[in-house]
Amino acid sequence: MAQVLVVTSGKGGVGKTTSTAALGAALAHDGTKVVVIDFDVGLRNLDLVMGAERRVVFDLVNVINGVAKLPQALIRDKRLESLHLLPASQTRDKDALTEDGVAKVIDELREKFDWIICDSPAGIERGATLAMRYADTAIIVTNPEVSSVRDSDRIIGLLDSKTVKAERGERIDKHLLITRYSSSRAARGEMLSIDDVLEILSTPLLGIIPESQEVLRASNVGSPVTLSNPLSAPARAYFDAARRLKGEQVSMNVPSETRGIFNRLFARKAA
Amino acid sequence: MSLFNFFRRASAPIARERLQILLAHERNAGSHPDLLGMLREEILAVIGRHVAIDPDKVQIKLDRGKSVSTLEIDIEIPNREQMAGAAARFNPLALDAGRAC
Repeated sequence: MAQVLVVTSGKGGVGKTTSTAALGAALAHDGTKVVVIDFDVGLRNLDLVMGAERRVVFDLVNVINGVAKLPQALIRDKRLESLHLLPASQTRDKDALTEDGVAKVIDELREKFDWIICDSPAGIERGATLAMRYADTAIIVTNPEVSSVRDSDRIIGLLDSKTVKAERGERIDKHLLITRYSSSRAARGEMLSIDDVLEILSTPLLGIIPESQEVLRASNVGSPVTLSNPLSAPARAYFDAARRLKGEQVSMNVPSETRGIFNRLFARKAA
Repeated sequence: MSLFNFFRRASAPIARERLQILLAHERNAGSHPDLLGMLREEILAVIGRHVAIDPDKVQIKLDRGKSVSTLEIDIEIPNREQMAGAAARFNPLALDAGRAC
């Protein structure tokens, strides 16, 4: 049965789109059928991060308005043939997304795909509430930083009240994905630790993505980090998170870059 | 840099404490996202029925404490309205009581 995921956060710039692309590619790696949907109408970016920006013809709003059929708007990834993208439109029409329209698109996608990943826009407006509306599972992307944690708490409240599942009295599955984490800074007391964030938000942990240059490099070249450098620390962390989503038991650790002698010396000094 | 850091207090515990206090308050307000706004409107409507008041001269403050929370309502009633206000305060109440019976 298809799983509908929403990748959300409240705060912008914490890594929703990066995580959507990386998890989408990680899940699709074994041929599982995955579609990633950009809900950020007016400010689409998932197409750019996935390297498909020049292949967008139709988008989510076109499908909702009946201008295009769903298969016409879906873009197949050039590297992984089981990975697809449904882009957002670039027009700034706030009312372009309707609840019924989104419901229809998700229902149609449920028949074709195993995983439907909705990349939420920042904020708590229409785009964000519609992205989470039909989700079975939510991934809350959080940076170990006060404003991000506060906004995540707010989003968790919305997930528990404004989703179809919540309104039916069912529990929506929620997982925390902590991004841009630095073990050494947390050890020095400069950054909230994983335990701090988990205690404050009391939501189970899906994964810890370490701060890494590879993430920016991946978006520069238009590739999910799990495809551009699958052995890098953030990519391994995303692969682990994807396996946990599939129900596997994977021990939780923070992958680190392979350390040279300089790094090892530095880490020892810092600790 | 390490010497400088040595004298500086770790900031993560401060972040943690601030968040815990803030979120405890925000979650309380969660059931009524605009509790104060609602209280303000309803209280003004009730008092406005009996006394002429300036909506800008009303202050409502809610202090949430660990064991007790206090609701502070400060309404300024213009002097020239005092007579009419006093009269209104008696008559409508009598009327209300009459209606209740």
